[in-house]
Amino acid sequence: MNPVPVLHAARLQLSEISKSFPGVRANEDVSLVVAPGEIHALLGENGAGKSTLVKIIYGLQAPDAGEIRFDGQLVTISSPKTARALGIGMVFQQFSLFDALSVIENIAVGLDGAMDRKALAGRVDAILRAYSLPLDLDRAVHTLSVGERQRIEIVRCLLVRPKLLIMDEPTSVLTPQEVERLFAMLRQLAAEGCSILYISHKLGEIKALCSAATILRAGKVVAACDPRVESTRRMAELMIGAELNAVERRDEGRPAGGAVRLAVRGLSLPPVGPFSVPLRDIGFEVRAGEIVGIAGVAGNGQSELLLALSGEVAAPGPEMITLDGRPIGRARAGARRRRGLCAVPEERNGHAAIPDLSLTDNAMLTARHRLALTLAGFLRFATARGYAGRVIARFGVKATGPGALARSLSGGNLQKYIMGREIMQAPGVLVVAQPTWGVDAGAAAAIHRALLDLAASGSAIVVISQDLDELLAVSDRLAVLNEGRLSRAIPTATATAHALGLLMGGVHGEPVPSHAHGTPARVPEPAHAVA
Amino acid sequence: MTSALLVSFAMTLAMAATPILLASLGELVAEKAGVLNLGVEGMMLIGAVTGFAAATLTGSAYLGCLAAILGGLAASLVFAGLTLGLSSNQVATGLALTIFGVGASSLIGAPFVGKTVARIGPLFPAALAEHPLLRVVFGYDLLVYGALALAAAVGWFLKHTRPGLILRAVGESDTSAHSIGYSVLAVRTAAVAFGGGMAGLAGAYFSLELTPMWADRLTAGRGWIALALVVFASWRPGRLVAGAYLFGAVMTLELHAKAAGFGLLPPEILAMLPYLATIAVLTLISVRPGRVSAAAPACLGKSFSPA
Repeated sequence: MNPVPVLHAARLQLSEISKSFPGVRANEDVSLVVAPGEIHALLGENGAGKSTLVKIIYGLQAPDAGEIRFDGQLVTISSPKTARALGIGMVFQQFSLFDALSVIENIAVGLDGAMDRKALAGRVDAILRAYSLPLDLDRAVHTLSVGERQRIEIVRCLLVRPKLLIMDEPTSVLTPQEVERLFAMLRQLAAEGCSILYISHKLGEIKALCSAATILRAGKVVAACDPRVESTRRMAELMIGAELNAVERRDEGRPAGGAVRLAVRGLSLPPVGPFSVPLRDIGFEVRAGEIVGIAGVAGNGQSELLLALSGEVAAPGPEMITLDGRPIGRARAGARRRRGLCAVPEERNGHAAIPDLSLTDNAMLTARHRLALTLAGFLRFATARGYAGRVIARFGVKATGPGALARSLSGGNLQKYIMGREIMQAPGVLVVAQPTWGVDAGAAAAIHRALLDLAASGSAIVVISQDLDELLAVSDRLAVLNEGRLSRAIPTATATAHALGLLMGGVHGEPVPSHAHGTPARVPEPAHAVA
Repeated sequence: MTSALLVSFAMTLAMAATPILLASLGELVAEKAGVLNLGVEGMMLIGAVTGFAAATLTGSAYLGCLAAILGGLAASLVFAGLTLGLSSNQVATGLALTIFGVGASSLIGAPFVGKTVARIGPLFPAALAEHPLLRVVFGYDLLVYGALALAAAVGWFLKHTRPGLILRAVGESDTSAHSIGYSVLAVRTAAVAFGGGMAGLAGAYFSLELTPMWADRLTAGRGWIALALVVFASWRPGRLVAGAYLFGAVMTLELHAKAAGFGLLPPEILAMLPYLATIAVLTLISVRPGRVSAAAPACLGKSFSPA
């Protein structure tokens, strides 16, 4: 292999970085160059290897192979402390803050060395003024908004005068106003010569902010481009991948043209909490034997749609959701289950299952009506244990037995158990979110098989997922959820990267050919792509 | 006559408050780091017996105090090893430590039952404390002054020093502290050890000053009062001093009432007073919602294992 040319002008140069975890190649020969003062986007779907790569740069993980050069010097970054000493700062998605401590105390705790409180307050004040960031140093953190909390993390980084600032999905929890303020600050920082590595999957933001982009897919660099010039659609296609049409297709036929089992019409829902997305006029139907996939980036109404379908949040009107022709829009989750609509939410521990209860008890929670696990108010333990045992056996759940606590299972095993618990109730309609999230490939195939079998037996299934390959493999029709609106569903057979890129770019519902030539100059912001 | 009574009351009060203050200061530091150690009573008893034994062997009460600190510290390190090293449940382990301390002190103390020992004794020369009013100021042993100074030092340490800040941070969010790069378990072990040493010293105050004679269970549940006091003081050293002296006053009232032959209430009821006061105080605090929970370290009692 040819030696990689050393770019002395580069702030950061990664050469053929590789990192493997058991069963996964998280990064494979990743090379990228960040120039001084450049805002460089690291773009990719969830699981594309972005987080692993920045953890390597920040010293949280050691690469298996490859070289890192910082300001032209070959460096080994063994810990975050080393990274900070070099001038690398990082703002994580999960903040490392202390709720009961004041802002200035939080900043002091984050420093590597001791510093006089007055001197520190002076320097922090200077930074806040220089970047027009409002922040009250004496307030306790628990009284602050998410945007203000993020500012604490940013100030911690800026105090060490970073040459490279890594931001991991910084806008996922911010309001639009806070995003504007953050961008202004980042631009100013870049103008002063600090390089910024900006991780995101929000294409609109990247177009607005970044001057270079490296696109990762499945751990490899698939493209490097200038996001100011490249079209949003093209970047979405690069993220999704060229192999899109080559995905393994389902082959067996199922009863076609079955009766409509689940119908959603004109479903609108106000936001159910802060950072929650309102649902706007959602409409689709699912027939017996059919699987409908709902794609889109998290945070565009996915969790809200699941809550509305499962019954955790009631729809405004009973007719908005019908199950086998009967209105259930106002029915609660338990009542919907009894009538045959089961649901699997995305969060396993604490939502789909109670971590401190046994698998038997967790089976009791959702299957007691449909499988008569209770009798006259008493629990039928033997029956429930038998059911839990059958789920464990059929789905190959690795657990010590039905008595194992849900928390003792690994994420993938718990997911298999939860999916099995619902599938084996033979529901008329099954709504699942992220059915194979964090599950290894073999188990994922088993879950997909079980979903297909359930559909073949006449159930209607809705799969909400961010994994496009999964949706292409199991669903008959595909729709995209974007900013609380659902596109029309297109047959999976006709779903190309191009068509989906269009649906995800926020320009949906229009016929695909109209954009084949003359790409729109700008996609409405904020535009999102697959995550 | 009444002034003599008042002087004696004030002095008994300060001396009754001192061991509670010492033990609760130690527990406050441990809890600020996020560790709930319910073994205070047990560590006090272990300190009391090691202190008594060392003082008997060496003839020096101060060496006895040092041994007591080491005894309490050793007991607390067992607790730290179990709860921090092996992530055992803090409540259960703390209760076990108390039960262990009761038994161990009884066993070790068996040869000393009924024996007396040299007291710690007043710090200042007797001439300085001759006048009754001066005696209220200068008439105590080293630990009475030391406990007050330590309370101020702990308050200053927690609020104004970097190690104090790190300790509070660890008690507030172990995961955040870990991700910044602090060793949560090392900080907590140090805090628990401090708590153990202070509880041991508090125990020695019973066996070497208050009742300079060995008897089983001579701490009489004061460790539990120290625990309650930390909550009562909402984890603030200043309030801890006020609380300790308040409880000292209640206990002294009980003693004086007994001595004066106060006949309205049976002595058993009087002996209950400090404990009833503890329950009353805890109830009063907890009926005001939000206050206690806001002051408590967020990770109090939670196990942490670095991933």
